[in-house]
Amino acid sequence: MRPVRLSAATAIAAAAALTAVTGCTEKSDAKGGGNTVEVTATDDKCEVSKTKLSAGHVELAIENKGSKVTEVYLLFPDDRIVSERENIGPGTKQKLTAEVKSGSYQIACKPGMKGDGIRQKVTVSGGKAVKRDPRLDKAVADYRAYAQEQADATLPKVKLFTDAVRKGDIEAAKKTYANSRIGWERTEPVAESFGDIDPKVDLREDGLEEGQDLEKDWTGWHRLERSLWQDKKIGERDKELATQLDKDLKDWQNRVGKAVITPTSMANGAKELLDEVATGKVTGEEERYSHTDLVDFKANVEGAEKAYGLLKAVASENDPALTKELDKQFAALDKLLGKYRTGGGKDSYTFKSYEKLGKADVKELQNGVNALAEPLSKLAAAVVGKSK
Amino acid sequence: MTEITSGTDGASIPDEDTNSASPSRRSLLGWGGAGLALGAAVTGGAVAVGRSGDETVPAASAGGAVAFHGRHQAGIATAVQDRLHFAAFDVKTDDREQFVQLLKDWTKAAARMTAGHEVGEGAYGGLAEAPPDDTGEALGLKPSRLTLTIGFGPSLFEKFGLKDRRPEALVDLPKFPGDNLDKSRGGGDICVQACADDPQVAVHAIRNLARIGFGKVAVRWSQLGFGKTSSTTPGAQTPRNLFGFKDGTRNVSGEDNSALAKHVWVGEKDGPEWMAGGSYLVARRIRMNVETWDRTPLGEQEDIFGRDKREGAPVGKAKEHDEPFLKAMKPEAHVRLAHPDSNDGATILRRGYSFTDGTDGLGRLDAGLFFLAYQKDVRTGFIPVQRSLARADVLNEYIQHVGSAVFAIPPGVRDKDDWWGRALFS
Repeated sequence: MRPVRLSAATAIAAAAALTAVTGCTEKSDAKGGGNTVEVTATDDKCEVSKTKLSAGHVELAIENKGSKVTEVYLLFPDDRIVSERENIGPGTKQKLTAEVKSGSYQIACKPGMKGDGIRQKVTVSGGKAVKRDPRLDKAVADYRAYAQEQADATLPKVKLFTDAVRKGDIEAAKKTYANSRIGWERTEPVAESFGDIDPKVDLREDGLEEGQDLEKDWTGWHRLERSLWQDKKIGERDKELATQLDKDLKDWQNRVGKAVITPTSMANGAKELLDEVATGKVTGEEERYSHTDLVDFKANVEGAEKAYGLLKAVASENDPALTKELDKQFAALDKLLGKYRTGGGKDSYTFKSYEKLGKADVKELQNGVNALAEPLSKLAAAVVGKSK
Repeated sequence: MTEITSGTDGASIPDEDTNSASPSRRSLLGWGGAGLALGAAVTGGAVAVGRSGDETVPAASAGGAVAFHGRHQAGIATAVQDRLHFAAFDVKTDDREQFVQLLKDWTKAAARMTAGHEVGEGAYGGLAEAPPDDTGEALGLKPSRLTLTIGFGPSLFEKFGLKDRRPEALVDLPKFPGDNLDKSRGGGDICVQACADDPQVAVHAIRNLARIGFGKVAVRWSQLGFGKTSSTTPGAQTPRNLFGFKDGTRNVSGEDNSALAKHVWVGEKDGPEWMAGGSYLVARRIRMNVETWDRTPLGEQEDIFGRDKREGAPVGKAKEHDEPFLKAMKPEAHVRLAHPDSNDGATILRRGYSFTDGTDGLGRLDAGLFFLAYQKDVRTGFIPVQRSLARADVLNEYIQHVGSAVFAIPPGVRDKDDWWGRALFS
């Protein structure tokens, strides 16, 4: 099971990354045959019908003959997950499909869904290598560079904020708070894919579990946000937290380049950014003390537009109507956001305080987000080019 | 591109008179739970049975599907189903072509859902990278007599150059005494009434239409209803409202064609040509103060309605359907004031539902009647009846009208090439 503290969006991001790697796009009854491995799971065994497979689509036909609920993984040699199926009840059958290149892999059954599991080595050889559009490889590389740039640019901005906190300068800290979050918000799906960093830096008060201590266990931006806007004071603990935030984000900066990014995870990541807006920003929950939600909102939309822009050339070949609609909806949402800008030009991040928005304004923003997120959810399919 | 958004590829859309390659909700029933759990990976034999024959026969012969096509829209004269999900939408696009495409896409999806099919390519078995076309919560459920009925509100005629096409009978309702209308629970450019015997089927239908509509329309407000409060089936007992009374006994029967022609359906000569075969709908959210009602003595309750509580018989009579003697009732009795004889014969077809949206924060049940009335002309239907009720009805002490909307209900979708609103937009 996933750690409780992972946000739903993180789980989705992880799942999206997996789907992307496996890239299984055909109707499942169309494959199988020679590349099917029968996996018989029991409480202490994980038997596989063959250990040699050809590259391309493989199918794991799983039967749980044990007494415990199990899960089955197809793993890379370094334990990264190729594909997985959870919650396979006793006496039930499930199928797992994946697209694999030649190399060695492991199949793991985890009775009781715990531990490292019982493993079997399988080898994949020959076959047709999966041919990828070089433009998509470039899109991924560019997006990876973008994520790195954002992280690199964020660190000094965070330092302005944390320095102010360390100096006990409330006004300066308030002024630099929202700005310090922009890079993170732009690349949130990538940032969140490091499940251990996200809860340290971006956790909200309601994300704490029962038994966790508000003072001791809550760290990151929003904890400082509360000190600045609600408690209106900076204590010793806040200064420690500022230093901790620098350190945790440094960790993010160091690791962001290694994130698993694929064309489809980029596309779904763009949609997730809008989902973030729809669930947290539009309600004003994200920045409940500072009310700087529109800054996050704008950054999320920009990040989504960046990913979309990189994928657009390929997507528009496969589904021109979709990209036309997306162009239109991105422009419409940007225009809508512009209504709440209180200074600066088109790209300025000076926005009205979210608490000043009326119910009708919020509904209009929600409608704008829905109008963009729904077609955006179809981008991944357009990227892989399997239009229905 | 999916069918939903492209909308022009009619060839792959099965409806009740064509064969289908995709499983209907109904056909899934035969496979049982295993079929659902395993999706497309179900054992071969069952797939062959489920997918080789004419899918739509089981749906229709199960008696669960109401025909979508016809001269009138289903969901008006149709025997009232048990559940309701009613939604009003605001139009968000000013691109006429895009809006027309949405109406076509909606029609296609509505035809599929009312026949018990999934929307588009279904809820599973499609691309792993894309969200499924259908949201999936109605998989395995029967068609449940789902009907989807569309209506156009006065505000729609302010758009797309439709001003001249607004029917005269589609008037803005006057303010009635006692109205306490909440704008966020009223109005709307379009409405869709989903009625079904299973609430999940009704909710699924509205949810999927809303999803198809994102970016073109947005839900303005919606209402769930249960416990139909009126009957359009003669002989059937009138269901009770949340006050525990039978109300609306003298409803227009959905089987009485001459009464329907007289009071409900817009005739060829009644108004704009595009409305012939249509009707007009008034929707009112009527909040009931159930707590104070429950403290009201029985005799007073019966006097207020003009009926007895047990049988629903009008004052001085023995049976619910006995002709009421209005003068025997108190002058302000609800039945007396609402009766056609007190309103120059004004008659409406009611198919309202009870609702409760939980409690209101003060611990009071947020409940009441979601009143739906169909009529040939709002000016001679709902308005005179409500005028006399709003002025004097003793029931007003216990109720308040808090939401209001009025819609032109276009005629039915004739066949699979026709679509909701074609006559208006052509």
